[in-house]
This record gives sequence, structure tokens and C-alpha cells, in this order.
Amino acid sequence: MDYFAQQAINAIQLGSIYALIALGYSMVYGVLVMINFAHGDVFMVSSFFCFLLLLVLPVPFVVALLLVMLATALLGVCIERLAYRPLRNAPRVSAIITALGCGLVIQNTTLSISPYSQRMPELFTPVTWNFAGLTISSLQILIVGTSVGLMLALDFFIRKTRYGMAMRAIAQDRITVPLMGVPVNQVIAVTFAIGAALGGAAGVLYASAYPVISATMGVLVGWKAFVAAVIGGIGNVRGAVLGAYVLGAVEVFTVTVLPSTYRDLIVYTLLLVILIFKPYGLLGRPAVQKV
Amino acid sequence: MLKASVFLLLTTCAVFLTGCTDPNRDAVKIGMNIELTGEIPAVGASSKNAAELFFNALNEQGGVTLAEGPKKVALIIRDNGGKADQAASVAQQLISSQDVVAMIGPNSSACAIPAGEIAESLKCVMISPWSTNPKTTLDQASGQPKRYVFRGCFTDPFQAIVLAKFALNDLGAKKAAVLYDVSSEAPLGQATLFKDTFTAQGGEIVAFETFTTGDKDFSAQLTNIREAAPDIIFLPTYYNDVPLIAQQARRLGITAQFVGSDAWSSPEIIKLGGADVDGSYFCNHFSTQIATDEAKKFIADYTAKYGQAPDDVAALTFDSCGLITEALKAGGKNDREALLGALSKIREYKGVTGTFRFEPGSGDPIKSAVVLQIKDGAFQWVTNAQP
Repeated sequence: MDYFAQQAINAIQLGSIYALIALGYSMVYGVLVMINFAHGDVFMVSSFFCFLLLLVLPVPFVVALLLVMLATALLGVCIERLAYRPLRNAPRVSAIITALGCGLVIQNTTLSISPYSQRMPELFTPVTWNFAGLTISSLQILIVGTSVGLMLALDFFIRKTRYGMAMRAIAQDRITVPLMGVPVNQVIAVTFAIGAALGGAAGVLYASAYPVISATMGVLVGWKAFVAAVIGGIGNVRGAVLGAYVLGAVEVFTVTVLPSTYRDLIVYTLLLVILIFKPYGLLGRPAVQKV
Repeated sequence: MLKASVFLLLTTCAVFLTGCTDPNRDAVKIGMNIELTGEIPAVGASSKNAAELFFNALNEQGGVTLAEGPKKVALIIRDNGGKADQAASVAQQLISSQDVVAMIGPNSSACAIPAGEIAESLKCVMISPWSTNPKTTLDQASGQPKRYVFRGCFTDPFQAIVLAKFALNDLGAKKAAVLYDVSSEAPLGQATLFKDTFTAQGGEIVAFETFTTGDKDFSAQLTNIREAAPDIIFLPTYYNDVPLIAQQARRLGITAQFVGSDAWSSPEIIKLGGADVDGSYFCNHFSTQIATDEAKKFIADYTAKYGQAPDDVAALTFDSCGLITEALKAGGKNDREALLGALSKIREYKGVTGTFRFEPGSGDPIKSAVVLQIKDGAFQWVTNAQP
């Protein structure tokens, strides 16, 4: 029993980190109907921001988290302004290729600066508790707590604020909404800032949990978060969170009951089966194709 | 205007190209196909450093002595990114268009196996300094040894015996768990061979878990291993994966000793792993602590030039360069077939990593291994293992 409980804790930790990254994919898709493939590398570079920050100044966790989120948000806005905005009315394929290109530029820039993996200094020394055969560390609680807190804040932002309302409006109709006086460029920039900032938070938490960081680590984690967003229903913020926890749980519990050699095979087969029955994801709604 | 600029561009290209090839035209060209970027960049860097050290010293003495007189050696270094497909295309490029007489590398087995296939089919000598997987020097189709592919290190079946015996006899372990990267050739081979050997020698494998390249979360597999309560955990994974595995295992409260393969050998493991890997044992090709006189000179020169002691990849690359130079001298010609003929006749070579013995018709040297322990931030020599 405690064995399964321990695996459940592992699944929640993994799911929380996937969720923070998946939100970035889902928000941008919701507003622009564009898959921001650079997001995985933005996440990666944020953990390097955190690494550099700690190298210069050993700040406490909260300060590091906020500073890195800010820096990553700026990066997200810059990418949007320089690479995506000029192509907003170009064919969608061009935008996707540009996103892939941005990701490669970020990854290779990091690679040229730091070809080696780096050991992340500890943001704080985690305390480990053992009870009833379970091992929980304060770090795990912090990761899950920060993730859930940020997700609730985002949910509130989208549902209750004017910017959130503007985002939802643009997601519904990008042609008419500007006519109502909504500053589309500004709202899209804010979307990218928030999406990137969440990726930045994920970068800090990820680097604390898995303290060896490398320039190529964004690829696999980014793909998995993207898969989570699709499973949950891309474009839907709550769906992205649900999809991330489903992915984390499936990954961990597959290893619990079956040989780990087949993990990825089983995980992705299962996820494909979900998509066969729910083609728009768990919480997604069928998109209405406008002519 | 356009015509003029195109002409200008072409002339600059032409000048640039002739400028590039000129100094190498008369030199003996040796290609390097190594992992400068990707998952294991420290391996490629060590290899490059050692080869440059070797050939710079050789060129200062006039170069390699062939029948027509001494010739300089030019190294052509290419990055394979630690990826199998890129390693194959780099091999193709070095052999076909750069016209090298021999190729050093790749080091990782995942890269060395496909590159070896290319070298064999294009009939060019290749020496992999560090690839321990048996498949590197075996022809996949016929199961016979390849003619053109050699290596500078012992092979995985030998390493598995060394580690299984060490775990059973020296560490007194009865139950072992294994966690490895199932998508990479060397770890996969080492894990399977260790499992067979450890069981055959009377031990028990209580958990056999895998992950895939790029994974950073091992909590699910490690929770399985914790349930199995092993005495040791065998981690035949590269130096960049070990620190995260060790850290997550310790956080889960696993206290079992870690044992690793030669894939651990980069000093990066100490920097990345810290206290979590302290006390762990692994099998290696070379120890700076039991060096012969030639090895001491190599260690001193390398340390003076690069500011850190050479790891085993550096030492094995140095020996691979030595083997090629010896064979070039014996063959007397800047020619692939002459080099192969001479290299195949070498029966014994004394290098910085010990004595190489070659059986006729085999590119695998028979040589001894060492077991090292990571202790107080350094690799400490523990014992030798003879073949």
C-alpha cells in the first residue's frame, strides 16, 4: 500500500511540473491557434537563468522564482514581438516553422555558452520526512504547492480580469474583437508573458528537483508537456492541467505494474487511445471551422 | 552589379578553399569523429585534447616517418553530436570527401557501431578509443570480426565479469538491482551482460529497470528498486545521468552502494554528482595513480596543457593515436591498405593505459581493467583486474 502511495507522490510531483509547462502551450494556442514549439526551450533557458542568478547571488527561493519568471516573461515577449508578430497573418505553417526555429536558436545559443551539463546549486536544503513507509520531502511539497498556486492564480486571471476576458474574446474571434476596441497586440503580448513566466517557474522548480541542467533538456520535457496539453484539450487551460496530471500518473503507474522497458510504448499508446475516443482532448470542445 | 558581386563571391570562395586545403595537401590526414556536443560533450573534448597533444608533439619532432621521409600529420576534427545518424554521416564525409587515411572515434558505442559499418564498407581503418560494445568490431551480417575496425579498450563481456566478481567477492553483495538507458547501445549491452554474469556467479538480480535517453525523473523506477531492497545498484549509464539517479535514490532513502561501468569515467561525474555519488565504485580503463613512466609523462604533459588530469577517454585516445602512428611507420606509406596491413600485424603495443595484446584477425585488444572509487571528490584506485 505505501508502495502505491509513494508512487502516487512521484506522479503528483511529475504532473505538477508538466502542468506548468503545458499551460504555456495551451494559452498561446487558445489565443493565437498556434503551437509555440519554442516553449520547451524557453523553459530550459529559464533554468539556466536561475543557475546564473544563484551563481552571482545566493538569493532565497521566492526571490529567485520571481526574478526568473520576470526574465523569462521578457524573453517570451521578445520572441513574440520579433519572430511571431510579423508572421501573424502568414500561413500557419510558417508560424510553426518559425517557432521551431526560435527553439533551435535558443537551444544552440545555450549550447554554445554551456556545452556541458551544470550542477544547480541548492536553493534550500530540503527536509525529508518518513512516516508509515512513505518518504516525502519539503521540496516535493513546495513544487506541488507553487504549481497549484500559480495555476489557481492563472485560472482566476483568465476568468475574472479584463485582460483575461480579452484573451477569451480573442480566442473566440480574432477579426471582430479588435473592432470593439480591444488592444489585440497588447493582449497577445501579455499572453506570451504569462505563458513564458509559467515556463520560467517550471524551470526553477524543475532545476531544484532535478539539479543537473543541460541545453538539450527542454526538448523531451517540452514534448511531453505539449502532449499533456493535447490530451487535456489544447487551448483549454484547465484541460492542460488535467492532461499533465494524467500523463504523470500514466508514466509512473505504468512502471509500477509493468516492466519499465515498455514504459514509453505503453504511455503513448494509451494516450493515442484517449485521443481516438476524445479527439479534442479530455476537456476540449470541437472547434468550429470558419469559412 | 549582381554579376560583379557573384564573381567576387566566387573568387573569395576559391581563394578561401585553396587557402584551406594547401597546408594539408602533403600531410597525412587523420579524421576524428567525436562527441563534441550532445549528451556527452566531455567525452569528445577529452578525445580532442589528447589527440592534439599527441600529434602536436609528433609534428614538432618532424612528423611520422614514412618510406619517403617524415610527414606532418593533420587532424581533421568533426563533431558527431553524440548521435548515431550524425556519426555515420561524419564517417562518410571524412572518408569519402576529406580523404583521411584513418579515422579515430566515435567513442560512444551508439555512434561507433554505425560509423564502423561505414568504415568497413568504404575500406578505411577506424579505431574507436572507448567503445566497449562487442558489436562495434563485429560485422552485423556475418558475425565475423570487421577487417578495418579496431578499438583502444577492453570489451563489455570482460567488464561484466570484472564488475560481477567485484560486487560478489569484494563488496559481498548478494542482491543487485540494475537501472540503465534502454535506448543506448553501451548501457543496454552492459546491463544485460552484467545480469547474466552476476546470476551465473551466484548472485541474484532483484530489479532490472530501464529509462530512455533524456529522462530526468527516475522516481518510479527507484521506488521499485527500493521495494526490492538490493545490496548494490548497478548503473551502467553515462556520467551525466548518474548524478540525478543517485540524488533521487538518496532522497527516497535508498542506501545501497552504487556500482558503475566505464561510462562513468569523466570527472564531470564528481562535479555534477557531489556527495550523492561519493563512495561509489566503477570499472575503468586507466588510473592516474598506478601510472607507468610513459603514462606519467602523458599525465604531466596533459595536465600542464589543459589544467586537469586526463580521464580514460583521453588516455585511450592517446593510445589509439599511438597505434595508428606505429602502424603508419611500419607500413611506410600514406595509404589505407598499407596502414591496415601494418596495424593487423601489431601483436603487442605498450600504451599509457597498459599493454595491448591483439589476437590475429581481431580488432579487440586484450588488456587489464581497474576498479576505482569516487572518494572525497577524486577517483581513487582500488584494484586491478587481469583478463
